Amino acid sequence: MSRTRLAVTAFFAILQRDLVVTGREFIPFLLQALMQPLFFLFIFGKVLPGIGLAAGNFASLMLPGIVALTGMLAAMQGVTLPLVLDLGYAREIDDRLLSPMPVWWVALEKVLYGAMRGAVASTVIFPLGWLILGSGFVVRTDRLPELIGMVLLTSCVGSTIGLLMGTIIKPDQISLMFTLIFTPLLFTGCTYYPWGALNNIRWFQVVTLFNPLTYCAEGLRYSMVPPIRGHELPTLNPYVILGALGVSVAAMFIGGTRTFQKRVVT
Amino acid sequence: MTTAIAVSNLVKRYAKSKTNAVDGVSFEVSRGEIFGLLGPNGAGKTTIIGILTTFIVASEGQTSIMGVDVAANPIDVKQRIAVVPQQSNLDRSLKVREILTFHGAYHGVPRKHREALADKLLNDLGLGDRKDEKVSRYSGGMAQRLMIARALMHEPDVLFLDEPTNNLDPQSRLFLWERIRELNARGITILLTTHDMDEADKLCNRIAIMDHGKILVNDTSAGLKKLIPGGTVLEVRAFAQTDVKDRVHAALSAIPGVTKVDTAGENPDAAAAQPEPGSMTFRVYADSASTLIGAAAQAIFSTGAEVRDLSVKQPTLEEVFIFLTGRHLR
Repeated sequence: MSRTRLAVTAFFAILQRDLVVTGREFIPFLLQALMQPLFFLFIFGKVLPGIGLAAGNFASLMLPGIVALTGMLAAMQGVTLPLVLDLGYAREIDDRLLSPMPVWWVALEKVLYGAMRGAVASTVIFPLGWLILGSGFVVRTDRLPELIGMVLLTSCVGSTIGLLMGTIIKPDQISLMFTLIFTPLLFTGCTYYPWGALNNIRWFQVVTLFNPLTYCAEGLRYSMVPPIRGHELPTLNPYVILGALGVSVAAMFIGGTRTFQKRVVT
Repeated sequence: MTTAIAVSNLVKRYAKSKTNAVDGVSFEVSRGEIFGLLGPNGAGKTTIIGILTTFIVASEGQTSIMGVDVAANPIDVKQRIAVVPQQSNLDRSLKVREILTFHGAYHGVPRKHREALADKLLNDLGLGDRKDEKVSRYSGGMAQRLMIARALMHEPDVLFLDEPTNNLDPQSRLFLWERIRELNARGITILLTTHDMDEADKLCNRIAIMDHGKILVNDTSAGLKKLIPGGTVLEVRAFAQTDVKDRVHAALSAIPGVTKVDTAGENPDAAAAQPEPGSMTFRVYADSASTLIGAAAQAIFSTGAEVRDLSVKQPTLEEVFIFLTGRHLR
Protein backbone atom coordinates (compact mmCIF):
# COMPACT_ATOMS: atom_id res chain seq x y z
CA MET A 1 0.00 0.00 0.00
CA SER A 2 1.33 3.45 -0.85
CA ARG A 3 2.19 5.78 2.01
CA THR A 4 -0.69 8.16 1.29
CA ARG A 5 -3.26 5.42 0.94
CA LEU A 6 -2.03 3.90 4.17
CA ALA A 7 -2.41 7.24 5.95
CA VAL A 8 -5.91 7.80 4.55
CA THR A 9 -6.92 4.26 5.56
CA ALA A 10 -5.63 4.90 9.07
CA PHE A 11 -7.52 8.22 9.24
CA PHE A 12 -10.86 6.65 8.37
CA ALA A 13 -10.24 3.68 10.67
CA ILE A 14 -9.80 6.14 13.54
CA LEU A 15 -12.93 8.05 12.54
CA GLN A 16 -14.78 4.75 12.37
CA ARG A 17 -13.59 3.92 15.88
CA ASP A 18 -15.13 7.14 17.22
CA LEU A 19 -18.38 6.54 15.34
CA VAL A 20 -18.64 2.95 16.57
CA VAL A 21 -18.14 4.08 20.17
CA THR A 22 -20.68 6.91 19.80
CA GLY A 23 -23.17 4.65 18.03
CA ARG A 24 -23.03 2.29 20.98
CA GLU A 25 -23.75 5.17 23.35
CA PHE A 26 -26.16 7.05 21.14
CA ILE A 27 -28.95 7.48 23.69
CA PRO A 28 -26.61 8.84 26.42
CA PHE A 29 -25.09 11.10 23.76
CA LEU A 30 -28.49 12.50 22.80
CA LEU A 31 -29.50 12.97 26.42
CA GLN A 32 -26.26 14.80 27.16
CA ALA A 33 -26.68 17.04 24.14
CA LEU A 34 -30.42 17.67 24.32
CA MET A 35 -31.41 17.85 27.98
CA GLN A 36 -30.53 21.52 28.37
CA PRO A 37 -32.06 22.76 25.07
CA LEU A 38 -35.19 20.78 25.82
CA PHE A 39 -35.80 22.72 29.03
CA PHE A 40 -34.78 26.00 27.48
CA LEU A 41 -37.31 25.49 24.71
CA PHE A 42 -39.99 24.60 27.19
CA ILE A 43 -39.39 27.44 29.67
CA PHE A 44 -38.54 30.24 27.23
CA GLY A 45 -40.70 29.12 24.35
CA LYS A 46 -43.75 27.88 26.18
CA VAL A 47 -43.83 28.91 29.85
CA LEU A 48 -42.65 32.54 29.69
CA PRO A 49 -44.87 33.53 26.71
CA GLY A 50 -47.69 31.57 28.36
CA ILE A 51 -47.57 33.67 31.55
CA GLY A 52 -47.06 36.88 29.58
CA LEU A 53 -43.39 37.47 30.48
CA ALA A 54 -42.19 37.13 26.87
CA ALA A 55 -43.61 38.06 23.51
CA GLY A 56 -45.31 35.37 21.47
CA ASN A 57 -42.68 35.39 18.73
CA PHE A 58 -39.84 35.10 21.27
CA ALA A 59 -39.69 31.38 20.55
CA SER A 60 -38.92 31.88 16.87
CA LEU A 61 -36.10 34.34 17.76
CA MET A 62 -34.66 32.01 20.37
CA LEU A 63 -34.88 28.75 18.41
CA PRO A 64 -31.88 29.59 16.16
CA GLY A 65 -29.88 30.46 19.29
CA ILE A 66 -30.73 27.08 20.80
CA VAL A 67 -29.71 25.32 17.57
CA ALA A 68 -26.39 27.20 17.59
CA LEU A 69 -25.65 26.56 21.26
CA THR A 70 -26.59 22.88 21.08
CA GLY A 71 -24.49 22.22 18.00
CA MET A 72 -21.53 24.05 19.39
CA LEU A 73 -21.62 22.42 22.82
CA ALA A 74 -22.16 18.92 21.42
CA ALA A 75 -19.18 19.39 19.12
CA MET A 76 -17.00 20.74 21.94
CA GLN A 77 -18.00 17.99 24.35
CA GLY A 78 -16.99 15.38 21.79
CA VAL A 79 -13.48 16.77 21.60
CA THR A 80 -12.48 18.61 24.78
CA LEU A 81 -13.09 16.18 27.60
CA PRO A 82 -11.69 13.06 25.85
CA LEU A 83 -8.59 15.03 24.86
CA VAL A 84 -7.98 16.45 28.34
CA LEU A 85 -8.19 13.00 29.89
CA ASP A 86 -6.20 11.30 27.12
CA LEU A 87 -3.34 13.78 27.02
CA GLY A 88 -3.39 14.14 30.80
CA TYR A 89 -3.04 10.56 31.90
CA ALA A 90 -5.16 7.94 30.12
CA ARG A 91 -2.91 7.98 27.02
CA GLU A 92 -5.40 5.81 25.15
CA ILE A 93 -4.73 8.04 22.17
CA ASP A 94 -1.13 6.71 21.92
CA ASP A 95 -2.29 3.72 19.91
CA ARG A 96 -3.77 6.10 17.34
CA LEU A 97 -0.72 8.35 17.41
CA LEU A 98 1.37 5.31 16.45
CA SER A 99 -0.70 4.67 13.35
CA PRO A 100 1.06 5.43 10.06
CA MET A 101 -0.15 8.99 9.46
CA PRO A 102 0.96 12.52 10.38
CA VAL A 103 0.32 13.32 14.03
CA TRP A 104 -1.81 16.36 13.20
CA TRP A 105 -4.27 14.13 11.31
CA VAL A 106 -5.25 12.68 14.68
CA ALA A 107 -6.27 16.21 15.70
CA LEU A 108 -8.06 16.69 12.36
CA GLU A 109 -10.00 13.48 12.93
CA LYS A 110 -11.09 14.73 16.37
CA VAL A 111 -12.33 17.96 14.79
CA LEU A 112 -14.23 16.12 12.07
CA TYR A 113 -15.79 13.74 14.57
CA GLY A 114 -16.75 16.59 16.92
CA ALA A 115 -18.34 18.46 14.04
CA MET A 116 -20.41 15.40 13.11
CA ARG A 117 -21.67 15.19 16.69
CA GLY A 118 -22.55 18.86 16.64
CA ALA A 119 -24.41 18.59 13.34
CA VAL A 120 -26.46 15.61 14.55
CA ALA A 121 -27.33 17.27 17.87
CA SER A 122 -28.41 20.58 16.29
CA THR A 123 -30.46 18.77 13.64
CA VAL A 124 -32.38 16.93 16.34
CA ILE A 125 -33.41 20.32 17.80
CA PHE A 126 -35.76 20.86 14.84
CA PRO A 127 -38.19 17.97 15.49
CA LEU A 128 -37.79 18.60 19.22
CA GLY A 129 -38.71 22.26 18.75
CA TRP A 130 -41.67 21.33 16.60
CA LEU A 131 -42.93 18.97 19.33
CA ILE A 132 -42.49 21.42 22.20
CA LEU A 133 -43.38 24.72 20.60
CA GLY A 134 -46.31 23.54 18.51
CA SER A 135 -47.69 26.54 16.63
CA GLY A 136 -44.79 28.65 17.95
CA PHE A 137 -42.39 26.65 15.77
CA VAL A 138 -41.82 28.78 12.65
CA VAL A 139 -38.81 28.28 10.38
CA ARG A 140 -38.52 29.79 6.91
CA THR A 141 -37.73 27.23 4.22
CA ASP A 142 -36.49 29.54 1.45
CA ARG A 143 -33.00 29.68 2.98
CA LEU A 144 -32.43 25.96 3.42
CA PRO A 145 -28.93 25.86 1.86
CA GLU A 146 -27.88 28.72 4.17
CA LEU A 147 -29.38 26.85 7.10
CA ILE A 148 -27.51 23.63 6.32
CA GLY A 149 -24.31 25.58 5.80
CA MET A 150 -24.72 27.38 9.11
CA VAL A 151 -25.41 24.16 11.03
CA LEU A 152 -22.21 22.62 9.62
CA LEU A 153 -20.17 25.77 10.19
CA THR A 154 -21.41 26.09 13.78
CA SER A 155 -20.38 22.49 14.44
CA CYS A 156 -16.89 23.16 13.05
CA VAL A 157 -16.58 26.27 15.22
CA GLY A 158 -17.47 24.15 18.26
CA SER A 159 -15.11 21.30 17.50
CA THR A 160 -12.13 23.56 16.74
CA ILE A 161 -12.67 25.48 19.99
CA GLY A 162 -12.94 22.05 21.63
CA LEU A 163 -9.58 21.05 20.15
CA LEU A 164 -7.82 24.15 21.44
CA MET A 165 -9.36 23.82 24.88
CA GLY A 166 -8.72 20.09 25.05
CA THR A 167 -5.04 20.56 24.34
CA ILE A 168 -4.57 23.51 26.72
CA ILE A 169 -6.52 22.42 29.79
CA LYS A 170 -4.79 20.12 32.30
CA PRO A 171 -6.93 17.45 33.99
CA ASP A 172 -6.71 19.12 37.42
CA GLN A 173 -8.08 22.38 35.98
CA ILE A 174 -11.13 20.87 34.29
CA SER A 175 -13.92 22.11 36.54
CA LEU A 176 -12.45 25.61 36.95
CA MET A 177 -11.82 26.01 33.23
CA PHE A 178 -15.28 24.84 32.31
CA THR A 179 -16.78 27.47 34.58
CA LEU A 180 -14.42 30.19 33.35
CA ILE A 181 -14.90 29.43 29.66
CA PHE A 182 -18.35 27.92 29.27
CA THR A 183 -20.36 30.34 31.36
CA PRO A 184 -19.27 33.54 29.54
CA LEU A 185 -19.46 31.70 26.21
CA LEU A 186 -23.02 30.68 27.01
CA PHE A 187 -24.32 34.11 27.99
CA THR A 188 -22.42 36.47 25.68
CA GLY A 189 -23.21 34.48 22.54
CA CYS A 190 -26.54 36.10 21.53
CA THR A 191 -28.28 32.78 21.98
CA TYR A 192 -31.27 34.12 23.92
CA TYR A 193 -31.49 37.54 22.27
CA PRO A 194 -30.87 38.86 18.73
CA TRP A 195 -27.72 40.94 18.36
CA GLY A 196 -29.59 43.89 16.86
CA ALA A 197 -31.75 44.22 19.99
CA LEU A 198 -28.64 45.10 22.00
CA ASN A 199 -28.44 48.59 20.45
CA ASN A 200 -29.36 50.14 23.78
CA ILE A 201 -26.54 48.40 25.64
CA ARG A 202 -23.77 49.32 23.25
CA TRP A 203 -20.79 48.10 25.32
CA PHE A 204 -22.33 44.66 25.74
CA GLN A 205 -23.16 44.56 22.04
CA VAL A 206 -19.45 45.07 21.34
CA VAL A 207 -18.46 42.41 23.88
CA THR A 208 -20.65 39.82 22.16
CA LEU A 209 -18.74 40.34 18.91
CA PHE A 210 -15.74 38.60 20.47
CA ASN A 211 -17.73 35.41 20.95
CA PRO A 212 -17.88 33.14 17.85
CA LEU A 213 -21.22 31.85 19.11
CA THR A 214 -22.73 35.28 18.39
CA TYR A 215 -22.02 34.86 14.68
CA CYS A 216 -23.36 31.29 14.70
CA ALA A 217 -26.60 32.36 16.37
CA GLU A 218 -26.99 35.38 14.09
CA GLY A 219 -26.26 33.30 10.99
CA LEU A 220 -28.88 30.78 12.02
CA ARG A 221 -31.36 33.59 12.74
CA TYR A 222 -30.70 34.90 9.24
CA SER A 223 -31.46 31.47 7.77
CA MET A 224 -34.39 30.52 10.02
CA VAL A 225 -36.49 33.49 11.16
CA PRO A 226 -39.25 34.38 8.66
CA PRO A 227 -40.09 38.05 7.93
CA ILE A 228 -42.24 39.56 10.67
CA ARG A 229 -45.18 41.53 9.23
CA GLY A 230 -43.27 41.90 5.98
CA HIS A 231 -40.03 43.02 7.70
CA GLU A 232 -36.86 40.98 7.62
CA LEU A 233 -35.33 40.50 11.06
CA PRO A 234 -32.20 42.68 11.26
CA THR A 235 -29.17 40.45 11.79
CA LEU A 236 -25.44 40.78 11.40
CA ASN A 237 -24.40 40.94 7.76
CA PRO A 238 -24.11 37.38 6.36
CA TYR A 239 -20.69 38.12 4.87
CA VAL A 240 -19.42 39.44 8.20
CA ILE A 241 -20.74 36.26 9.76
CA LEU A 242 -19.01 34.03 7.22
CA GLY A 243 -15.76 35.98 7.54
CA ALA A 244 -15.74 35.93 11.33
CA LEU A 245 -16.54 32.22 11.54
CA GLY A 246 -13.96 31.38 8.87
CA VAL A 247 -11.31 33.23 10.86
CA SER A 248 -12.43 31.55 14.08
CA VAL A 249 -12.31 28.03 12.63
CA ALA A 250 -8.91 28.61 10.99
CA ALA A 251 -7.35 30.24 14.06
CA MET A 252 -8.67 27.66 16.52
CA PHE A 253 -7.67 24.77 14.26
CA ILE A 254 -4.13 26.03 13.68
CA GLY A 255 -3.68 26.93 17.35
CA GLY A 256 -5.22 23.66 18.51
CA THR A 257 -3.14 21.49 16.16
CA ARG A 258 0.02 23.25 17.30
CA THR A 259 -0.63 22.72 20.98
CA PHE A 260 -1.73 19.16 20.19
CA GLN A 261 1.57 18.42 18.50
CA LYS A 262 3.48 19.98 21.37
CA ARG A 263 1.62 17.80 23.83
CA VAL A 264 2.15 14.51 22.01
CA VAL A 265 5.63 14.92 20.52
CA THR A 266 8.11 16.50 22.94
CA MET B 1 20.76 -5.76 6.26
CA THR B 2 21.42 -7.04 9.76
CA THR B 3 20.94 -3.95 11.93
CA ALA B 4 17.47 -3.47 13.37
CA ILE B 5 18.09 -0.45 15.60
CA ALA B 6 20.98 1.97 15.18
CA VAL B 7 21.54 4.83 17.61
CA SER B 8 24.51 7.13 17.36
CA ASN B 9 25.56 10.07 19.56
CA LEU B 10 22.00 10.52 20.74
CA VAL B 11 21.37 13.54 22.97
CA LYS B 12 18.10 14.73 24.50
CA ARG B 13 18.02 18.01 26.36
CA TYR B 14 14.75 19.10 27.94
CA ALA B 15 14.12 22.83 27.99
CA LYS B 16 14.14 23.37 31.73
CA SER B 17 16.77 20.82 32.69
CA LYS B 18 20.42 21.53 33.43
CA THR B 19 21.61 18.05 32.52
CA ASN B 20 20.94 16.01 29.41
CA ALA B 21 18.33 13.29 29.86
CA VAL B 22 20.21 11.27 27.23
CA ASP B 23 23.82 12.27 26.92
CA GLY B 24 25.64 10.93 23.87
CA VAL B 25 24.33 7.38 23.60
CA SER B 26 25.33 5.01 20.80
CA PHE B 27 24.39 1.39 20.34
CA GLU B 28 23.19 -1.06 17.73
CA VAL B 29 20.75 -3.92 17.96
CA SER B 30 20.97 -6.67 15.36
CA ARG B 31 17.93 -8.21 13.76
CA GLY B 32 16.57 -11.04 15.84
CA GLU B 33 18.25 -9.91 19.03
CA ILE B 34 16.68 -9.33 22.42
CA PHE B 35 18.41 -6.24 23.76
CA GLY B 36 17.98 -5.14 27.36
CA LEU B 37 18.24 -1.55 28.53
CA LEU B 38 18.88 -1.43 32.25
CA GLY B 39 19.39 1.48 34.58
CA PRO B 40 18.08 3.19 37.71
CA ASN B 41 14.95 5.35 37.47
CA GLY B 42 15.74 8.52 35.56
CA ALA B 43 18.73 7.01 33.79
CA GLY B 44 17.26 7.87 30.38
CA LYS B 45 15.82 4.53 29.29
CA THR B 46 12.27 5.74 28.74
CA THR B 47 13.54 8.81 26.87
CA ILE B 48 15.48 6.57 24.48
CA ILE B 49 12.38 4.45 23.89
CA GLY B 50 10.37 7.65 23.40
CA ILE B 51 12.80 8.86 20.74
CA LEU B 52 12.88 5.52 18.93
CA THR B 53 9.08 5.30 18.95
CA THR B 54 8.61 8.86 17.53
CA PHE B 55 7.08 10.44 20.67
CA ILE B 56 10.18 12.42 21.60
CA VAL B 57 12.33 14.48 19.24
CA ALA B 58 16.07 14.04 19.74
CA SER B 59 18.19 17.15 20.35
CA GLU B 60 21.21 15.67 18.57
CA GLY B 61 22.32 12.42 16.98
CA GLN B 62 20.90 9.86 14.59
CA THR B 63 18.50 7.00 15.11
CA SER B 64 17.25 4.51 12.58
CA ILE B 65 15.01 1.48 12.69
CA MET B 66 15.25 -1.20 10.01
CA GLY B 67 17.30 1.30 8.01
CA VAL B 68 14.67 4.05 8.22
CA ASP B 69 15.71 7.37 9.77
CA VAL B 70 13.37 7.96 12.72
CA ALA B 71 13.52 11.77 12.70
CA ALA B 72 13.19 12.11 8.93
CA ASN B 73 10.53 9.50 8.38
CA PRO B 74 8.52 8.79 11.53
CA ILE B 75 5.49 7.51 9.62
CA ASP B 76 7.40 4.67 7.98
CA VAL B 77 8.96 3.84 11.34
CA LYS B 78 5.53 3.61 12.98
CA GLN B 79 4.52 0.90 10.57
CA ARG B 80 7.57 -1.20 11.51
CA ILE B 81 7.48 -0.92 15.29
CA ALA B 82 5.14 -1.74 18.13
CA VAL B 83 5.22 -0.43 21.67
CA VAL B 84 4.09 -2.03 24.91
CA PRO B 85 4.23 0.76 27.51
CA GLN B 86 4.72 0.50 31.26
CA GLN B 87 1.16 1.50 32.04
CA SER B 88 -1.93 0.31 30.27
CA ASN B 89 -3.09 2.64 27.50
CA LEU B 90 -5.70 0.22 26.21
CA ASP B 91 -8.79 1.77 24.64
CA ARG B 92 -11.39 1.43 27.38
CA SER B 93 -14.30 2.36 25.15
CA LEU B 94 -13.83 -0.70 22.96
CA LYS B 95 -14.33 -4.39 23.61
CA VAL B 96 -11.19 -6.48 23.93
CA ARG B 97 -11.38 -8.03 20.50
CA GLU B 98 -12.13 -4.65 18.90
CA ILE B 99 -8.99 -3.21 20.47
CA LEU B 100 -7.06 -5.66 18.30
CA THR B 101 -9.13 -5.36 15.13
CA PHE B 102 -9.12 -1.55 15.24
CA HIS B 103 -5.38 -1.51 15.86
CA GLY B 104 -5.05 -3.67 12.76
CA ALA B 105 -7.28 -1.28 10.83
CA TYR B 106 -5.17 1.73 11.93
CA HIS B 107 -2.23 -0.02 10.31
CA GLY B 108 -4.01 -0.98 7.13
CA VAL B 109 -4.32 -4.71 7.86
CA PRO B 110 -7.09 -6.04 5.57
CA ARG B 111 -10.34 -6.92 7.35
CA LYS B 112 -10.31 -10.69 6.85
CA HIS B 113 -6.70 -10.96 7.94
CA ARG B 114 -7.14 -8.80 11.03
CA GLU B 115 -10.26 -10.64 12.17
CA ALA B 116 -8.46 -13.99 11.93
CA LEU B 117 -5.25 -12.68 13.47
CA ALA B 118 -7.11 -11.12 16.42
CA ASP B 119 -8.75 -14.44 17.26
CA LYS B 120 -5.47 -16.30 16.95
CA LEU B 121 -3.54 -13.86 19.14
CA LEU B 122 -6.26 -13.81 21.79
CA ASN B 123 -6.13 -17.60 21.96
CA ASP B 124 -2.32 -17.68 21.98
CA LEU B 125 -2.22 -15.26 24.88
CA GLY B 126 -4.90 -17.06 26.85
CA LEU B 127 -7.60 -14.42 26.45
CA GLY B 128 -9.81 -16.24 23.93
CA ASP B 129 -12.74 -16.81 26.28
CA ARG B 130 -12.94 -13.19 27.44
CA LYS B 131 -12.70 -11.35 24.17
CA ASP B 132 -16.07 -9.62 24.26
CA GLU B 133 -15.52 -7.90 27.59
CA LYS B 134 -14.26 -4.41 28.17
CA VAL B 135 -10.73 -3.96 29.51
CA SER B 136 -11.97 -2.44 32.76
CA ARG B 137 -12.75 -5.98 33.91
CA TYR B 138 -9.26 -7.21 33.14
CA SER B 139 -6.50 -7.86 35.70
CA GLY B 140 -3.08 -6.26 35.31
CA GLY B 141 -1.62 -9.44 33.87
CA MET B 142 -4.40 -9.81 31.34
CA ALA B 143 -4.07 -6.16 30.28
CA GLN B 144 -0.35 -6.69 29.79
CA ARG B 145 -0.97 -9.74 27.61
CA LEU B 146 -3.61 -7.85 25.65
CA MET B 147 -1.15 -5.03 24.97
CA ILE B 148 1.32 -7.57 23.61
CA ALA B 149 -1.41 -9.07 21.42
CA ARG B 150 -2.28 -5.58 20.18
CA ALA B 151 1.37 -4.87 19.41
CA LEU B 152 1.54 -7.95 17.20
CA MET B 153 -1.55 -7.10 15.13
CA HIS B 154 0.41 -5.30 12.42
CA GLU B 155 3.30 -7.77 12.47
CA PRO B 156 6.06 -5.33 13.45
CA ASP B 157 9.76 -5.91 12.89
CA VAL B 158 10.80 -4.33 16.17
CA LEU B 159 8.97 -4.59 19.48
CA PHE B 160 9.58 -2.19 22.36
CA LEU B 161 8.73 -3.55 25.79
CA ASP B 162 8.95 -1.01 28.61
CA GLU B 163 9.15 -2.97 31.88
CA PRO B 164 6.87 -5.68 30.53
CA THR B 165 6.56 -7.81 33.66
CA ASN B 166 6.53 -5.09 36.28
CA ASN B 167 3.82 -5.81 38.90
CA LEU B 168 2.92 -9.20 37.45
CA ASP B 169 2.46 -12.41 39.42
CA PRO B 170 5.05 -15.16 38.86
CA GLN B 171 2.71 -17.17 36.62
CA SER B 172 2.08 -14.22 34.32
CA ARG B 173 5.77 -13.40 34.28
CA LEU B 174 6.80 -16.91 33.26
CA PHE B 175 4.05 -16.96 30.63
CA LEU B 176 5.20 -13.65 29.17
CA TRP B 177 8.83 -14.74 29.12
CA GLU B 178 7.87 -17.78 27.07
CA ARG B 179 5.85 -15.64 24.67
CA ILE B 180 8.71 -13.14 24.33
CA ARG B 181 11.13 -15.96 23.48
CA GLU B 182 8.66 -17.33 20.92
CA LEU B 183 8.28 -13.96 19.25
CA ASN B 184 12.01 -13.59 19.13
CA ALA B 185 12.36 -17.05 17.62
CA ARG B 186 10.01 -15.86 14.85
CA GLY B 187 12.49 -13.13 14.01
CA ILE B 188 11.09 -10.11 15.86
CA THR B 189 13.78 -7.87 17.29
CA ILE B 190 13.00 -6.87 20.86
CA LEU B 191 14.24 -3.96 22.92
CA LEU B 192 13.17 -4.20 26.54
CA THR B 193 13.76 -2.18 29.67
CA THR B 194 13.48 -3.77 33.06
CA HIS B 195 14.46 -3.48 36.70
CA ASP B 196 14.28 -7.25 37.06
CA MET B 197 17.87 -8.45 36.75
CA ASP B 198 16.76 -12.04 36.57
CA GLU B 199 14.52 -11.17 33.62
CA ALA B 200 17.34 -9.39 31.78
CA ASP B 201 19.71 -12.26 32.49
CA LYS B 202 17.26 -14.90 31.24
CA LEU B 203 15.89 -13.11 28.16
CA CYS B 204 18.47 -10.75 26.72
CA ASN B 205 21.20 -11.58 24.24
CA ARG B 206 22.87 -8.33 25.14
CA ILE B 207 22.41 -5.83 27.92
CA ALA B 208 23.30 -2.16 28.17
CA ILE B 209 23.45 -0.62 31.63
CA MET B 210 22.71 3.12 31.71
CA ASP B 211 23.05 5.84 34.29
CA HIS B 212 22.79 9.63 34.09
CA GLY B 213 21.93 9.51 30.39
CA LYS B 214 24.97 7.50 29.38
CA ILE B 215 25.51 3.86 28.54
CA LEU B 216 28.11 2.54 30.99
CA VAL B 217 28.52 -0.93 29.51
CA ASN B 218 27.02 -2.92 26.68
CA ASP B 219 27.76 -6.63 26.57
CA THR B 220 26.34 -10.11 27.00
CA SER B 221 25.22 -11.08 30.46
CA ALA B 222 28.30 -13.30 30.88
CA GLY B 223 30.54 -10.50 29.63
CA LEU B 224 29.05 -8.03 32.11
CA LYS B 225 29.69 -10.38 34.99
CA LYS B 226 33.38 -10.38 34.21
CA LEU B 227 33.45 -6.64 34.80
CA ILE B 228 33.68 -6.83 38.55
CA PRO B 229 37.44 -6.93 39.34
CA GLY B 230 38.23 -10.33 40.83
CA GLY B 231 34.61 -10.93 40.12
CA THR B 232 34.48 -14.68 39.75
CA VAL B 233 34.45 -16.75 42.87
CA LEU B 234 35.72 -20.24 43.57
CA GLU B 235 33.89 -21.76 46.48
CA VAL B 236 35.99 -24.38 48.27
CA ARG B 237 34.80 -26.82 50.87
CA ALA B 238 37.49 -28.79 52.70
CA PHE B 239 37.65 -31.17 55.65
CA ALA B 240 40.37 -31.90 58.22
CA GLN B 241 40.50 -33.68 61.60
CA THR B 242 42.83 -31.07 63.03
CA ASP B 243 42.42 -27.29 62.97
CA VAL B 244 44.26 -26.23 59.82
CA LYS B 245 41.91 -23.39 58.89
CA ASP B 246 44.59 -20.67 59.02
CA ARG B 247 47.05 -22.76 57.04
CA VAL B 248 44.48 -23.48 54.31
CA HIS B 249 43.61 -19.79 54.20
CA ALA B 250 47.28 -18.87 53.79
CA ALA B 251 47.87 -21.52 51.14
CA LEU B 252 44.85 -20.37 49.08
CA SER B 253 45.83 -16.71 49.41
CA ALA B 254 49.31 -17.56 48.10
CA ILE B 255 47.97 -18.83 44.76
CA PRO B 256 48.92 -16.35 42.00
CA GLY B 257 45.90 -14.41 40.64
CA VAL B 258 43.86 -14.61 43.83
CA THR B 259 42.65 -11.20 44.99
CA LYS B 260 40.93 -12.15 48.22
CA VAL B 261 39.99 -15.17 50.32
CA ASP B 262 37.00 -15.14 52.66
CA THR B 263 36.60 -17.75 55.36
CA ALA B 264 33.16 -19.00 56.15
CA GLY B 265 32.67 -16.86 59.26
CA GLU B 266 33.15 -13.67 57.27
CA ASN B 267 30.56 -14.65 54.74
CA PRO B 268 26.98 -15.20 55.83
CA ASP B 269 26.14 -17.39 52.83
CA ALA B 270 28.98 -19.75 53.51
CA ALA B 271 28.26 -19.88 57.23
CA ALA B 272 24.87 -21.39 56.54
CA ALA B 273 26.53 -24.26 54.74
CA GLN B 274 28.79 -25.31 57.65
CA PRO B 275 27.19 -28.51 58.85
CA GLU B 276 29.83 -30.71 60.49
CA PRO B 277 32.81 -29.95 62.75
CA GLY B 278 36.13 -29.98 60.92
CA SER B 279 34.56 -28.82 57.67
CA MET B 280 35.64 -25.43 56.29
CA THR B 281 34.35 -23.23 53.48
CA PHE B 282 36.33 -20.56 51.68
CA ARG B 283 35.42 -18.14 48.93
CA VAL B 284 38.38 -17.45 46.66
CA TYR B 285 37.99 -14.29 44.53
CA ALA B 286 39.93 -14.05 41.28
CA ASP B 287 39.61 -12.61 37.78
CA SER B 288 39.25 -16.09 36.42
CA ALA B 289 38.36 -18.49 39.20
CA SER B 290 37.82 -21.50 36.97
CA THR B 291 41.51 -21.72 36.08
CA LEU B 292 42.42 -21.99 39.76
CA ILE B 293 40.64 -25.24 40.48
CA GLY B 294 43.80 -27.35 40.19
CA ALA B 295 45.96 -24.98 42.19
CA ALA B 296 43.35 -24.66 44.90
CA ALA B 297 43.03 -28.41 45.25
CA GLN B 298 46.82 -28.76 45.55
CA ALA B 299 47.01 -25.99 48.14
CA ILE B 300 44.46 -27.78 50.27
CA PHE B 301 46.22 -31.15 49.96
CA SER B 302 49.48 -29.49 50.97
CA THR B 303 48.01 -28.60 54.35
CA GLY B 304 46.84 -32.16 54.97
CA ALA B 305 43.13 -31.36 54.57
CA GLU B 306 40.91 -33.07 51.99
CA VAL B 307 38.76 -31.43 49.32
CA ARG B 308 35.03 -31.92 49.66
CA ASP B 309 33.73 -29.58 46.96
CA LEU B 310 35.02 -27.04 44.45
CA SER B 311 32.62 -24.86 42.49
CA VAL B 312 32.89 -21.71 40.40
CA LYS B 313 30.27 -19.07 41.22
CA GLN B 314 29.37 -16.20 38.89
CA PRO B 315 28.39 -12.88 40.40
CA THR B 316 24.75 -12.03 39.75
CA LEU B 317 23.75 -9.35 37.28
CA GLU B 318 22.40 -7.39 40.22
CA GLU B 319 25.90 -7.26 41.73
CA VAL B 320 27.22 -5.93 38.44
CA PHE B 321 24.41 -3.36 38.29
CA ILE B 322 25.04 -2.08 41.82
CA PHE B 323 28.81 -2.14 41.19
CA LEU B 324 28.32 0.14 38.15
CA THR B 325 25.53 2.45 39.31
CA GLY B 326 26.12 2.63 43.06
CA ARG B 327 23.85 2.08 46.04
CA HIS B 328 22.38 5.54 46.55
CA LEU B 329 18.67 6.06 46.02
CA ARG B 330 17.35 8.06 43.09
